[in-house]
Amino acid sequence: MHEMGIANSILEAVQKEARRYPHARARKVGVRIGELAAIDAEALRFCFEALSRDTDLDGLQLEIELCPRRHRCERCNCAFIVRDYDCRCPQCGNFARECVSGDELELAYVEVEEDEPSSLATKSSQ
Amino acid sequence: MSRVVLQQKVLSENDRIAAHLRERFQQNNVLCVNLISSPGSGKTTLLERTLEVLPHDARVAVLTGDIQTENDAARLKRFGFPVKQITTGGTCHLDARMIERHLEDWKLEDLDILFIENVGNLVCPSSYDLGEAAKVVILSVTEGEDKPLRYPSIFFKSELMVLSKTDLLPYVPFNLEEAEENARRVHPGMEIVRVSCQTRIGLSSWLKWLDGKRNAYLQLKAEPVA
Ligand SMILES: Nc1nc2c(ncn2[C@@H]2O[C@H](COP(=O)(O)OP(=O)(O)O)[C@@H](O)[C@H]2O)c(=O)[nH]1
Ligand SMILES: [Mg+2]
Ligand SMILES: [Zn+2]
Repeated sequence: MHEMGIANSILEAVQKEARRYPHARARKVGVRIGELAAIDAEALRFCFEALSRDTDLDGLQLEIELCPRRHRCERCNCAFIVRDYDCRCPQCGNFARECVSGDELELAYVEVEEDEPSSLATKSSQ
Repeated sequence: MSRVVLQQKVLSENDRIAAHLRERFQQNNVLCVNLISSPGSGKTTLLERTLEVLPHDARVAVLTGDIQTENDAARLKRFGFPVKQITTGGTCHLDARMIERHLEDWKLEDLDILFIENVGNLVCPSSYDLGEAAKVVILSVTEGEDKPLRYPSIFFKSELMVLSKTDLLPYVPFNLEEAEENARRVHPGMEIVRVSCQTRIGLSSWLKWLDGKRNAYLQLKAEPVA
């Protein structure tokens, strides 16, 4: 179970990014996870929610894009999704060894929302 | 709502330290091998059998990870080589910073090979680059042939699979060919050796792999930058 550490790293990255936008709130973070990344999406979601609860980032949405394994054929240069570990090129039948993606563990984006003037007013009056 | 594009690894901090370690290993001609398996598959035993046949002046060291105990380091220290235990205190994998910290008082220029025994776990160590030249996954014959399909990440990322405890084959239903086929489905062209640390059969193929890896590593370095 290392999803706790991964969730923590995601939240830290968002926090760091959010500091560049002092008058905005981070609403959503997008991550890309490859099927070879050894990350369980459900466990990650669970950890993410547990860690963000009651913090500045409470309510931050996590969008996970699952990335399939892709190989490229050395013979005809076609890139294709590998299903059920079948590495034969769909175009020419060649056994394609070169894996070009599928082990992603990446941050894709953060969505930030500008604070509305009224919410700023209520904040400063607190 | 505005979207800020981030193009970075989630573990960018770990990757940064790992890249720095890899550079230092290369500068000092140290081959670093990261051994990964489930608990009890035979990582420490394979290292014991390896250290025991090395000449006493071999320039080899071991970092061995465990969640709690120092037992593995005690087992490995008997051979006279530098060994250090990394106790993670609950964490299920080693990360690059732990390696960096535990290397602080060792001189890399005094080493040819650094073995890292990771924490027993087939999942988490797969995500953490330690700066190694190669990951090696160990699968013992008591674990089932389908492990590579159930834990594809680590079999995909490891250069070599050591099929261990082959002396137990008469007593357990385990199909070696099927296990190897599964590993190569996940990782086409994966190198595989079969080893028993009990009878020592197959140990030479592991040592040969290690030797070849070290030569290839030094050669790679010797090649002029284009
Ligand atoms: N029969 C047999 N037992 C082994 C072999 N290698 C390791 N073992 C035993 O498996 C157990 C776990 O081994 P260990 O090296 O501590 O595993 P680790 O947790 O991966 O470091 C020990 O009792 C070893 O004696 C082997 O090749 N054959
Ligand atoms: Mg051990
Ligand atoms: Zn093709």
